[in-house]
Amino acid sequence: MRLRQWPYVVLGVLALAAPFLGLYPVFLMKLLCFAMLASAYNLLLGYTKMLSFGHAAYFGSSAYVTGWLVTVHGWNTLEGIVGGVVVATLLGLLIGAVAVRRQGIYFAMITLALAQLVYFLCLQAQFTGGENGLQAIPRGTLLGVIDLGRDRTMYYFVLAAFVGVFALIRRIVHSPFGQVLKAIRANEARAVSLGYEVDRYKLAAFVLSASMSGLAGSLKALVLGFVTLSDVSQVTSGEVILMTLLGGSGTFLGPAVGAVVVVSLQEYLSDLVGAWVSVIIGAIFVICVMIFRRGIVGEIQRRFEIFTRAV
Amino acid sequence: MLKSATALCALCLSALSAAYAAGDQVVIGDIDDMSGVYADVGGVNAVESINMAIADFGGTVLGKKIVLLSADHQNKPDIGASKFREWADQSGVNMVLGGSNTGVSIAMSKVAAAKKVPFIAIGAGGSSLTGADCTPYTIHYVYDTTALGNGTAGAIVKEGGKTWFFVTADYAFGTQLQDAASKVVLANGGKVLGAVRAPLGTTDYSSFLLQAQASGAQVLGLANAGTDFENSLKAADEFGITKTMKPAALLVFITDIHALTLQTAQGLYLTTGWYWDLNDETRAFAKRFFAKTSKEPTMDQAGYYSSTTQYLKAVKAVNSTDPDLVMAELKKTKINDMFAKNGYVRADGLMVHTMYVMKVKTPAESKYPWDYYKLVRTVPGEEADGTQPDPACVMPKK
Amino acid sequence: MTTVFGVPLPAILGQLMLGLVNGSFYALLSLGLAVIFGLLGVVNFAHGAFYMLGAFAAYIGLQAFGVNYWWALLLAPLAVGLLGIIIERLFLRHLYSIDPLYGLLLTFGMAWIAEGIMRGIYGASGKSYPVPHALQGGFNLGFMVLPIYRAWVVLASVTVCGVTWALIERTRLGAMLRAATENARLVQSFGINVPVLVTMTYGAGVALAALAGVLAAPVVQVSPLMGSSLVIVVFAVVVIGGMGSILGSIVSGLVLGLVEGLTKVVYPEASNIVVFVIMALVLIWRPSGLFGRE
Repeated sequence: MRLRQWPYVVLGVLALAAPFLGLYPVFLMKLLCFAMLASAYNLLLGYTKMLSFGHAAYFGSSAYVTGWLVTVHGWNTLEGIVGGVVVATLLGLLIGAVAVRRQGIYFAMITLALAQLVYFLCLQAQFTGGENGLQAIPRGTLLGVIDLGRDRTMYYFVLAAFVGVFALIRRIVHSPFGQVLKAIRANEARAVSLGYEVDRYKLAAFVLSASMSGLAGSLKALVLGFVTLSDVSQVTSGEVILMTLLGGSGTFLGPAVGAVVVVSLQEYLSDLVGAWVSVIIGAIFVICVMIFRRGIVGEIQRRFEIFTRAV
Repeated sequence: MLKSATALCALCLSALSAAYAAGDQVVIGDIDDMSGVYADVGGVNAVESINMAIADFGGTVLGKKIVLLSADHQNKPDIGASKFREWADQSGVNMVLGGSNTGVSIAMSKVAAAKKVPFIAIGAGGSSLTGADCTPYTIHYVYDTTALGNGTAGAIVKEGGKTWFFVTADYAFGTQLQDAASKVVLANGGKVLGAVRAPLGTTDYSSFLLQAQASGAQVLGLANAGTDFENSLKAADEFGITKTMKPAALLVFITDIHALTLQTAQGLYLTTGWYWDLNDETRAFAKRFFAKTSKEPTMDQAGYYSSTTQYLKAVKAVNSTDPDLVMAELKKTKINDMFAKNGYVRADGLMVHTMYVMKVKTPAESKYPWDYYKLVRTVPGEEADGTQPDPACVMPKK
Repeated sequence: MTTVFGVPLPAILGQLMLGLVNGSFYALLSLGLAVIFGLLGVVNFAHGAFYMLGAFAAYIGLQAFGVNYWWALLLAPLAVGLLGIIIERLFLRHLYSIDPLYGLLLTFGMAWIAEGIMRGIYGASGKSYPVPHALQGGFNLGFMVLPIYRAWVVLASVTVCGVTWALIERTRLGAMLRAATENARLVQSFGINVPVLVTMTYGAGVALAALAGVLAAPVVQVSPLMGSSLVIVVFAVVVIGGMGSILGSIVSGLVLGLVEGLTKVVYPEASNIVVFVIMALVLIWRPSGLFGRE
């Protein structure tokens, strides 16, 4: 086996064995959902250089829709997930269409403001339950056969979904479509002069990212059993950016690693230091921006050249 | 190398989780708002109350040490529910109390039902906790929105305040409080001219209050609590609205009066489940509490003490921490202690007990620090909360 | 009672009045943002945090040192402005040569840290800051009582905005600033110390935010969270006005405050989102903003 593939093998083994190693499955699933979200986000930030500042909108809205469909309308689990993802995709299309006309900072501001709009819509809407959120979302069954209520079973389902999304992202990046995205990232003007409809490619990347973020949200709703306003909040959007940067944008495993670090920090530190967690996370963010721009995986890649390089 | 490292980690983690799940402790968990709008009402000082109760009980029950865990839910249902679930799965928690925020408490009660862990909701007002959201493992202590409506709204409507406009905190508690008060207003021949919803934690109430004023109602119904209530009353004062409308404070704690000062708060009617200066028993508890916290206890903080003691007594009585046995015991015991007179836990989980309608003293009437209330009416539990369990509460058949 | 579209006139006037007060805050804050963006090309995400720090500086000044409101109006912006200068020197300056997105991200991280620290020390709920004695009481306007303090806020904001605009558009210093925005190298070759100019500008923008914070303290209570939701609205205001335009941000701020107030009477549920909806519309129809030049 090639040296490059070892890390994936090791991680794969760990992931499969994890529930039996005494780790809390619900926590692991939360990690997977956020790792999925960060990886989906990286499609925009790392590969297309688009800093979307409001990705929680897709994550959260999909979570709400799935939760609502499953609790109020009694849809089954898979239908609920599909419903949520469809909504996230449409939202991505709407917001993306307005945002991709602009670049850089303007793009970021637009995505931020429109995501805030989504937040307020969720606050007002009856079906989201406002400040109370959606509670007691049942996990249901997979195809009517496999009961997802048991944590271990659900874990493998979420793990499969994560692997699927991860493989999809790799496929996209290595495809001709992905090559064009790379060209746009490298020099947009040149790509335009070569005749590519740059805005269409960017919008496509945006929508893909929004869909997968939506899937992460739907799964999170089912895993934890509730959806609240913090899932569509600016704080969550910021955390996604942090996870991606910390882990290493422009690498495949980076965002997932970043997600694991940030979620774990929040989980274990908040018991110890309470509100000071955000100070620590903010400090890590600043360090990343100032001197650690390649992120954890990026740095490891550079040093040891073991992991597959993204470019 | 990586594999052996993993194995070692796994071993350590399993050892840790084993320690937690050990059956040689009785674990009590307190999940509350420790830093937000309700932090003064329950919060960190409530932990003191619980500790006092544990110490007074002797520190152990059934030969096991009593351990207290506490966490801040920051008024977020997801944090409260997650923490509850985690303690149930990982720390072997036997009973959880707290809440303060109705939305968070509803979320926690659902976890309580799923994990079969008794949950004593303190500080949250929402009557739905023993109504549509009831569970076999939820007990609603201290007060609820029905009692507040019957007490305060009842008193004001009878005095002539017929037309009402509500400024409501936009979440479960606010809406339920508004509903309870509206019912009483309508039942007494009054009218509700309108209502406006303000997000939890709003600090600038000016535009909401202007709407209230524009309605021409006689009474300004404030269906909120904690710092939300303080800010809305202050703004009403600032905009001269208290001169044209009578403020109805539907949920007030003594810490609110302390923050607002008697100058601003005088003459307000309020309903409370307990007051530190009621009698010798309450004063004795308050004195101990004051020594530790430099504040007189709110009704919630007294409720934390009382409910912890009642739980421990029940555990001792049935000689077990089995949730079903303990809940059954709690539902058949009469509660007569420093906190409640003629109290009992109803079938739907509501702890029915005597409530008190108070009026806030004027600065001239107050003789010593924290001397803020004068008793207007003692309301027997059945009058405040009805004689029957809430019909909206449907318990699953065993 | 006279009505306009079925809504009583006193209600409309009252909300418009409040809208004007809010608009003054938007104008003052977006002015600082526009100044910083215009010269540094940095979107100062920490603007909301500096606003919050200004309010806290006034609060701490009062509680710990007995510094009264009037002194706070001067000292808080100076103190927070100094902090801004330190941040610019130590951190921001190194990012100019790289993608401007990093500057945005840095200020974002800084905001998180500042909010986290204040939350850790003071908790999440608001601290009370009293209205200064001289400004207590209200004007009875007939349709509402307008607290004197709020009238003062409008006056102070409009004045500061006007003075700042005049400084930038009508003085030599302003001309230097505007020239440095267009071509820093050239201006530097004239002997003007551009890096110092940039640092001072950042400090000035930050000081404006802190001033808004002090003005806001008696109105909205001093809380660590006061800046984070406000700053996004201010971003929207600046985008609507045109990202580099000083006049644009002032006018948009005031107008949007009024629009928000009007929305509260006519369709209250939409009042939170009306600014964002307008922003989306402006972006579609006129992407560079109402006053922007691009």
